[in-house]
Amino acid sequence: MGAHDTRTVLNPVGFPPKITRKALAPRLDTLHGKTVYLVDCRFDDSDVFLEQMQAWFAEHMPAVKTVVKPISSVYLNDDPATWEEIRARGHAAIVGVGH
Amino acid sequence: MTIEARYGVPTVALHTDKFDRVVRAVAAQNGMPGLRQAFVPQPVMGKTAAELRAYVDGPDAITKRPVMQEVIEGLTRPFADDDGPAVEFDRSTPRLVAPDTEENLHRLFLDNDWTDKLPIVLPTEERVAAMLAATRRKPDEVVGRMRPTHFREAWEYTVEKVAVNAVMAGAVPAYFPVILALAATGVSARGSSSSSLATMAVVNGPVRHEIGMNVGTGALGPHNHANATIGRAYGLLSQNLQGGSTPGITYMGSMGNNYAYNSVTFGENEERSPWEPFHVQHGFRPGDSAVSVFTGCRSTAFTLGLREKHWREHVRNMFRGMDPHTPPTLLLDPITARQFVDRGGFLKKDALIDWLYDNARMPAGEYWDYQLVQNYIYPRATFGEEPWASKLKAAPDEPIPMFRREDIHVVVVGGETNGYWRIMGCAYQKTLPVDAWR
Repeated sequence: MGAHDTRTVLNPVGFPPKITRKALAPRLDTLHGKTVYLVDCRFDDSDVFLEQMQAWFAEHMPAVKTVVKPISSVYLNDDPATWEEIRARGHAAIVGVGH
Repeated sequence: MTIEARYGVPTVALHTDKFDRVVRAVAAQNGMPGLRQAFVPQPVMGKTAAELRAYVDGPDAITKRPVMQEVIEGLTRPFADDDGPAVEFDRSTPRLVAPDTEENLHRLFLDNDWTDKLPIVLPTEERVAAMLAATRRKPDEVVGRMRPTHFREAWEYTVEKVAVNAVMAGAVPAYFPVILALAATGVSARGSSSSSLATMAVVNGPVRHEIGMNVGTGALGPHNHANATIGRAYGLLSQNLQGGSTPGITYMGSMGNNYAYNSVTFGENEERSPWEPFHVQHGFRPGDSAVSVFTGCRSTAFTLGLREKHWREHVRNMFRGMDPHTPPTLLLDPITARQFVDRGGFLKKDALIDWLYDNARMPAGEYWDYQLVQNYIYPRATFGEEPWASKLKAAPDEPIPMFRREDIHVVVVGGETNGYWRIMGCAYQKTLPVDAWR
């Protein structure tokens, strides 16, 4: 076989699933008077970071109520109780700090 | 993503800047390309409160706009039309690569990150057909699904797709049932963790000798074709069948890991072991052939033999050098395995594991302060999960077990040129039959 002869080979890549595009939640008109959950994913000192973000809101946007909420277990596990609480009592969420 | 899509709460996700490409890719693959995200500098870990306040007051590490502006606008700025309603669309993978010269095909495979950057065997139709002839399974049969991390989508693969990767690794058809069993575990040998983990694969039963695997001198490599290419095939099939292992996108291991070149693949030296084989411990008969996979291979401790006077202290010292988040699997040369019998009276492997569990201890205060324990175990303890919830009650200076007993394992391997032995930090995942894939 010469260096310029062509060969046919198989593709080694697996089969990706279909992507179903999901609608995102409508945004708020304003954060004024709203409750924002600061969700601590309990990873690499994220609690310390979110406390600083909470302090920023207190100084710059005091009309926003913030709640620092650690997830119930590790970030690998779903946490429906926490998500239900946020939906019931909050208006928005900031989740961090992931990698 | 869960709060946003399933619970309808407007959300902004905060990440460190090193992860911008990977988190955007994950959001897109989960059907949320418009997910609002903001980025602070890496690292957050170990920074003081004042330093982290500077992150909050400072610019977004990617857009350079104030990070709090990104956060607030992320919660309040309406979506453009293209962030609209739910739709579904397909992606496909062609069976063949466009014909080209061998040189160009090798370049294509390299450029597409389809290799481990070492030369591969091109998977021609003839070579793949020969590989497929080594199993009674049909080429289009689905073997399993795999993904590089918990958050990513799982990709599906067939017998033929596994065969393609086996050919690329240089495996011969006789090895194919072992490679199919590894693929069927669904456990990726190319995990994306920033900790740079690798896998370990232990083969038991008659298939070891049928295909010429090495269980003795030099078994952990690089001195045996079956060990080398089966392990390499496990890595290649993982990265290609799960949808990639590209740094910054589908691989985030900060340092990388040499163990990943062949996934520490070897046969157990059952014939020279004083104990029952590993697969028999997990429900198989001695005459069955099986493969067991372990994840999280990063740390290794080693020593020579067991000294009469202080062997217990030496073993404890080895444990104390390991990160307590990752449990130990002892890899014992048969000489050392028999020393554990002679010195410790461990006639059964279970007795040895009992002793190891009792002696791998550290003060509770030190244990809970390990970063990985804080990240992955402490939250589970606070949620009441045992045995960690009980460990949490220990006084800071009370010695507590570093590992769960069921996470400690022992495998015998090596050629008795000396009594060296190692502790591999790794987590046992599962054992699957090889015979089912013949």
